[in-house]
Order: sequence, then structure tokens, then C-alpha cells
Amino acid sequence: MTDTDELALRLRRHVVRMCSRGGSSHVGSGLSIADIIAVLYGHLLRLDPAQPDWPDRDRFILSKGHAGACVYAALAERGFFDVSALDAHYRNGSKLSGHVSHKGVPGVEVSTGSLGHGLGIGAGMAFNLKRLGGDQRVFVVLSDGECDEGSVWEAAMFAGHHRLANLCAIVDYNKLQSLGRVSDTISLEPFGAKWRAFGWHALRVDGHDHDALRSAFADRADNRPTCIVADTVKGRGVSFMENQVLWHYRAPRGDEYAAAMRELGVDIAAAGDA
Amino acid sequence: MREAFVRALSELAAADERVILVNGDLGFGVLTDFIERFPDQYVNAGVAEQNMTAVACGMALTGARAYTYSIGNFPTLRCLEQLRNDVCYHQADVTVVAVGGGFSYGQLGVSHFATEDVAVMRALPGMTVVAPSDPWQAYELTRQLHRRGGPAYLRIDKGSAGVPAGDIELGKARQVRGGGDAVVFSTGAILGQAIAAADALAAEGIELRVIDVHTVKPLDSETICAAAAECGHVFTLEEHVATGGLGSAVAETCAEGRVPLKSFHRIGVGDSFPDVVGDQPYLRAHYGLDATAVAKTVRQAVVD
Repeated sequence: MTDTDELALRLRRHVVRMCSRGGSSHVGSGLSIADIIAVLYGHLLRLDPAQPDWPDRDRFILSKGHAGACVYAALAERGFFDVSALDAHYRNGSKLSGHVSHKGVPGVEVSTGSLGHGLGIGAGMAFNLKRLGGDQRVFVVLSDGECDEGSVWEAAMFAGHHRLANLCAIVDYNKLQSLGRVSDTISLEPFGAKWRAFGWHALRVDGHDHDALRSAFADRADNRPTCIVADTVKGRGVSFMENQVLWHYRAPRGDEYAAAMRELGVDIAAAGDA
Repeated sequence: MREAFVRALSELAAADERVILVNGDLGFGVLTDFIERFPDQYVNAGVAEQNMTAVACGMALTGARAYTYSIGNFPTLRCLEQLRNDVCYHQADVTVVAVGGGFSYGQLGVSHFATEDVAVMRALPGMTVVAPSDPWQAYELTRQLHRRGGPAYLRIDKGSAGVPAGDIELGKARQVRGGGDAVVFSTGAILGQAIAAADALAAEGIELRVIDVHTVKPLDSETICAAAAECGHVFTLEEHVATGGLGSAVAETCAEGRVPLKSFHRIGVGDSFPDVVGDQPYLRAHYGLDATAVAKTVRQAVVD
């Protein structure tokens, strides 16, 4: 198991635990992006947890803010704050809202939650960093359903036109959105071709294959932004959550929590976490 | 007025390379010089206001001092959520510039009337809201807004009130005419109608004090409450719906300040869309916002 595989497993445990303890929704969304987030935070992103505002850092935006639990977990694992702080997720008086928020949370660049905002902000960051001659990269994770938003394509046109090669979008293409299948709602296909038509370098990878993700992140075009369409499984890692819209909403409790954690290699009774 | 804004912005851009103008594909002729002089501090985001605003926010979050520019409701209502979630929640240094406040684009129709913008912008947490009356104010307040930093909203009228240049301070209401029988608070270029109404009333022996509230947020409650208490009869005038804008702001601050009033009247557009075609003076008269209408409203209240 590589470091990022190990990190992804820990992120999944955190996500399930946070959603269970907080009673929060979107556990399936957090599990869907766990491998992408693990490769980004465990391998790729240039960050300094001791200096969250380090000007030369790469920027990461979770545009699908509802999967915020996974990013909070990654920041804790990277040392931006203590892992114990994750217990506050969704709690009264806490900083860790269900949709990712930057206020009082070191390492979160941008608060999101309303879909269709992150790519435009990322494009503005990439534009300005490029203008200043910096070599920072900007990464934005979007959901597939989010690509229904017209603002995503406004940003895509802008980034393509301005050849923002320092911008990388990753679409968590788990094929499920709020009420059902993406293909039954607003079909995105041909998806990669759409991004290419907007002036992007587009790749399609298995979003749970860390080697493939690492290769995709390294496969940059000189003068175009990159979009990685990552095929994923909503709820990945917990068999009864996989490909189920239900787990966009439901929080795992009691036996469900124990069963989910068991699949992730944790006996909660033995761990004193029941 | 927009030329005065561009002149101020050009000076700011020359002095600070962090200044960047993100344009919503408008300003034909007006921005030509800026674009030529500052190619690295300008980008046309196209006809895409949501993205214009998000991009400006991203720039600001990486150290830029960003300005968005468009007309009417396009840089405000069209991208309201980007202003709320992206710009305001992140306290991003973005100043939104809308040319064409109120009925500036008179004959162009309802789509081009900015008549709810002040109400909506002032509801956004942390947003400064400014409506200059004249080009000299637009120039000076642009510079003062820059010192303060965003989030900010600058509402640029097409016309001007004709008030002579003088001292002005962001956040401080400005008395432009004395009087003790009644007071009218006005924002933007329609201030000229308030002054003309005061002139007409003076000939009848009614002294109407005129106060320019160029900064609607943060509101200068102290000046407003003091003038309201002294005059008793209070009027507000704005080229904007009477709901939620200056009139509401003044009413709120007078009520919270327990200012005893003899009467209170908001002069603004009623709860309907303008459905006649006309230029700005025509529409002001049609909707009861011109000097004649203001004088009539004041006269009725004071004489009664």
C-alpha cells in the first residue's frame, strides 16, 4: 500500500466517522473523492501546514463543497490542525460546516456549497498568479451534477481563452446527482469532448487509481488548462453505500456505522468508538 | 460621471500594479485609454457576469485589487450569489462598478433600470454602498473606496446633480443646503432634484434642508438622526424603489435612534415596474421623483 493509499483509507474512515457523529449527509460524496483528495494532499499539492498563507503554495478549491468532510480530514492529516478537531464537524458552535468553509479553518482557501462557483474563482486565481509570474498551480474539484451550472462553462471558456495552463479541474464523475443518474437528468456526454471544445486539455482516468491520477496530474499541456474527468463510484469503499443516491443524504448510524467502519478495517467496539 | 471614475481608476492603476479591471464587455469608448495604458491590468471577461465576479474574487484572493465593471443590474443582480458567497463571505477586495443607476438608461426599458440594486447590495454583509451625485464625487469617492478596500459597490449615474465640488468623506453624509422646516436625504444624482425643490420651497417660505447621503452603507446615522430631530419632517429621495434602499435605511436609523418625527415620507419608485418609455427626466417626473413632485410632497406635509 502506498502512502496515498493509506491516506485515502484514513480519509474514508474520517468521513464515515464525521458523518455518523455529526449526523450529516453527503457521506457518499466524501467517499467518492477520497482517492483524488489523497493524491492531491498526500502527493501533489505544494503546501506548508505551518504557513497556510504561504504565497507560493498551490491553491485547492473544493467546488463541490458538500464533500467538505473529506477536505477537512485531509487538512487534519496534513497537519493544518489537530485530527481531534474533526469531532466538531456539524456541531453547534463549530467552524466545520457541512459545506466546506474557510472561516477559522486553516488551509481552506475558499468556501463553497452553492455549486458552480469554484471554477470561476480558480480561474481568477490562476489568471492573477500567471500575471504575477508565479509557478503555483490551482486545482478545482467539481461534481458531475455541478456541470449543469452555466457558470461552470463561463469559467471553462474564460480559462480556455486565456490559456491558463496553471489551472486543473478534476470532475468527480460518479454518475449520480441529487435525484438520480446524471445520464437521466442532464447528460454530460461527450464529456471530455466538451472540455476540449472549450480549449482544455482533457483526460479521462479511473478516479480511484492513484497511479493513474498521479500520471494525469503530471500530464500537462503547455498552453491549455487541464480537465481530468475522473470516473468514480459514489460511496466508494463501503459496499452498501456504493452507487446509492440514498447515501447522498443519509448519515450512517448504529449498526450501519459499525458495518461501514468494519469494511474500512476498523472494529469500532474494539476501538471504543461505538 | 463614468469618465471621472475611469480617471480615478487610471491613477490608482498607475500607482499600484495590483489594481485590475475585470470588465463585463461594456464601456465602449470610455475604457479605451485605460485598456491601452494598462494591458496587464485589464481583462474583458465577456458577457458572463457570474464568471466576471468569481474571477475578480479569485484575483483578489491572490493579492489583486479587483474592480468589476458593467451597466445596470448586470454586475449586481445577475451575479448576486457570486457577490454574496464569493466576494463578501471572503471579504475579497473587489469593488463592483455599475454604470447607469436608476433610470439612467431611460428609454432602454425595464431590463436596464437599476432600481433595486441599493436595497440588495446593502443587505450583503460587509458591502460598502456608494452613490455619488456628481463627477467630482465619483472621482473622489473612487479614491476613498480604494483606500478602504472592498467589498464595495459604486453606483454611477449617467447624469449629475450639479453640486459644486467640495470636501467629501466616505461614510459621512454631506449637508448641501441649510433649512429647518424639513429635511430631505438624497443619494445619487437625483440630489439635483432635491436642491431644485428646496429652491422652489424657499420662495414660499419653507426652508428644506438637503443632505447628500452618498454613502448608503455604512450609514452616517449620527448626522441623519441629528438632522431629522432638528427638522421633524423627514423625506428621502432616491431613484430606486422605495423599499429597502435609502428610505428604508433612514427610517431604520431614525426608529432605532428614537428620533421623534412629525412626518416621514419615502420618495421613490413604488412597488411596480415602470411601464412607460421615456428619458431619465421624463421618467423621474412620471414616477414623482422630480423637483416638482418633491416640493409638492414636502409642502403638503409641512403645511398640514
